Amino acid sequence: MYISVQDQPFDLGTVSAEFASGHTNTGAIVTFTGLVRGGAEDRLEAMEIEHYPGMTEAALNAMAENAISRFSLGDALIIHRYGRLVPGEMIMMVATAARHRKDAFDAAEFLMDYLKSRAPFWKREISDSGASWVASKDEDEDALSRW
Amino acid sequence: MMDILYFAWVRERIGVPRERIETSAKTVSDLVAELCGREERYQLAFSDLSSLRVAVDQELSDFDASLAGAREVAFFPPMTGG
Repeated sequence: MYISVQDQPFDLGTVSAEFASGHTNTGAIVTFTGLVRGGAEDRLEAMEIEHYPGMTEAALNAMAENAISRFSLGDALIIHRYGRLVPGEMIMMVATAARHRKDAFDAAEFLMDYLKSRAPFWKREISDSGASWVASKDEDEDALSRW
Repeated sequence: MMDILYFAWVRERIGVPRERIETSAKTVSDLVAELCGREERYQLAFSDLSSLRVAVDQELSDFDASLAGAREVAFFPPMTGG
């Protein structure tokens, strides 16, 4: 299991290759990567991500442990960045390793749903029309009910 | 003594990221009432509790949760990770 909360970028290729190596009992690796999406109307200049040091790492650890036991994973990884990021930059990634693809996909979705509304991160968008905190969406909260 | 932490727009409304206070509040709600009694900026931040979340000792909690033995309480808006 690998958990990292960092301000620095990560190398998707290196992290994925390392995560996928050394398994002899795994048939499926799923990775998901989230990017800063430029705005459709307002021009997004940057996204600032704040977090709660200490609680963030604990929450991510607990989520990954849950996913491992619930989906019988061989391994799980979560990287989430904080600080100022510009459109196109990678914000976060999850990776899951399982014997079969369904568990690997489901576990990645499970981790994403929990990261959205249970990990103490807050996003603030800086655009040409000003700065505003990103509001949580009801559907993100509702998404948890399927687990 | 208890450390109180604020994040995102809660931090902006209160004006500090954290403070250490002396309190005898028994529950999170008691603590909120006590803070609101101090200054208007707290009333502004805590005006709608349904838009706030709270963590006690870094665990998500509820406003009616007990503060017995708690060292750190954090207030913040719903999280927007991922």
